[in-house]
Amino acid sequence: MIRDLTWLDFAYLVYAMRWTIALTALALVGGGLLGFVVAMLRVVPLAPVRWLAVGYIQALQGTPLLAQLFVFYFGFAIFGYRVQPWVAATAAFSIYASAFLAEIWRGCVQAIPRTQWEASAALGLSFGEQLRHIILPQAVRIAIPPTVGFLVQLVKNTSLAAVIGFIELTREAQITTAATFKPFAVYGIAAGLYFCICFPLSELSQRLERRLRVAR
Amino acid sequence: MIYRFNFRDVWANFDLLLDGALLTLQLSAITMALGLLIGIAGALARSWGPPPVQWTARGYVEVIRNTPLLIQIFIVYFGLPGFGIRLDADTAAVVALTINLGAYATEIIRAGVEAIPRSQVEAGLSLGLSHLQTFRYVVVFPALRVIYPALASQFILLMLATSVVSQISARELFHIAGFIQSRTFRDFEVYLVITGMYLAMALAFRLIFAGIHLLVFRRR
Repeated sequence: MIRDLTWLDFAYLVYAMRWTIALTALALVGGGLLGFVVAMLRVVPLAPVRWLAVGYIQALQGTPLLAQLFVFYFGFAIFGYRVQPWVAATAAFSIYASAFLAEIWRGCVQAIPRTQWEASAALGLSFGEQLRHIILPQAVRIAIPPTVGFLVQLVKNTSLAAVIGFIELTREAQITTAATFKPFAVYGIAAGLYFCICFPLSELSQRLERRLRVAR
Repeated sequence: MIYRFNFRDVWANFDLLLDGALLTLQLSAITMALGLLIGIAGALARSWGPPPVQWTARGYVEVIRNTPLLIQIFIVYFGLPGFGIRLDADTAAVVALTINLGAYATEIIRAGVEAIPRSQVEAGLSLGLSHLQTFRYVVVFPALRVIYPALASQFILLMLATSVVSQISARELFHIAGFIQSRTFRDFEVYLVITGMYLAMALAFRLIFAGIHLLVFRRR
């Protein structure tokens, strides 16, 4: 039975955004923790560890997110776990995000002048102390704008979770389209809702970056 | 529980996977070429056009960059027929991917254009070149050289993103994987194999782009 597109459908779409935001938040936390570890492994003064981190990043940046989602979704089943789509999605998005965040943060750590490392080494600080007290506090400042920029990618990419049946904004739009058969309007609204989340974040990222450039 | 991996069904259908990979490569190549053209035109419009053109270009870039590719693909494939524009899956895929890549390319190339010192442009203009000629002969090439690495990684991301058009049943690699999975139920094996294939293609593209970089931009 095909019915009209009503305000109620619009309300449902807006309401479905909470899952888009929740998935983004979970992936940001999971990906942030893992990404931080990988970023640190990437700058550790021990070559084989660095290569391992490079391999991890390359493998994840060189494969489609959609494939990662499916590998996780079906991969859990292999070990005998039937997981809910949101668990598979959270795991896949966290790992995906960790690779990109690690590479962004590595860039920020390496953007700190070598002399800072040398100066702190000359003061007798160990590698961990150099990182913690000298390098990271400076790196965090320059890391914020690109991290917010990546957050936009993450929000948009959570739309792919619809494919494994996670009901967020895009999946809700698919369901609404199936009931009302108004694809242009429904997907247009969904696009508008994504825009409402992503555009302010993009602007924020650019503004922070501009401010940072002025500050230097 | 111990899972027995069984790749036999996947290898039996490997020719299908190769067909899919071929379409993935074709989609990627066409989109990269068209997207680059849109990107150059967009960058020209964005930094040198009259104000209304600039706003239009900015609007295009912002709208596309702040909405998901999947939704864009759905709008092109499912939404446009409502206006009498009916595209088959492959064409819709190319259209949506090109519109998407064009916006990113515009923004990347614009950064390159703005990195060209003003004096270069002024020198071009004072030699009697028109604005378009200055852009064509003085600005584009050095600008592309500056942003080449960013553009190359965007192109590789695009190649990976073509997997999303499987959702409108374009028969590229990811769609074929779904087809094989539905017949053999070897889901994990299939997706593991195609993940490896995508990785191989991404590395191949990276090598090719490095080669192009040597050939085109090495002089001077």
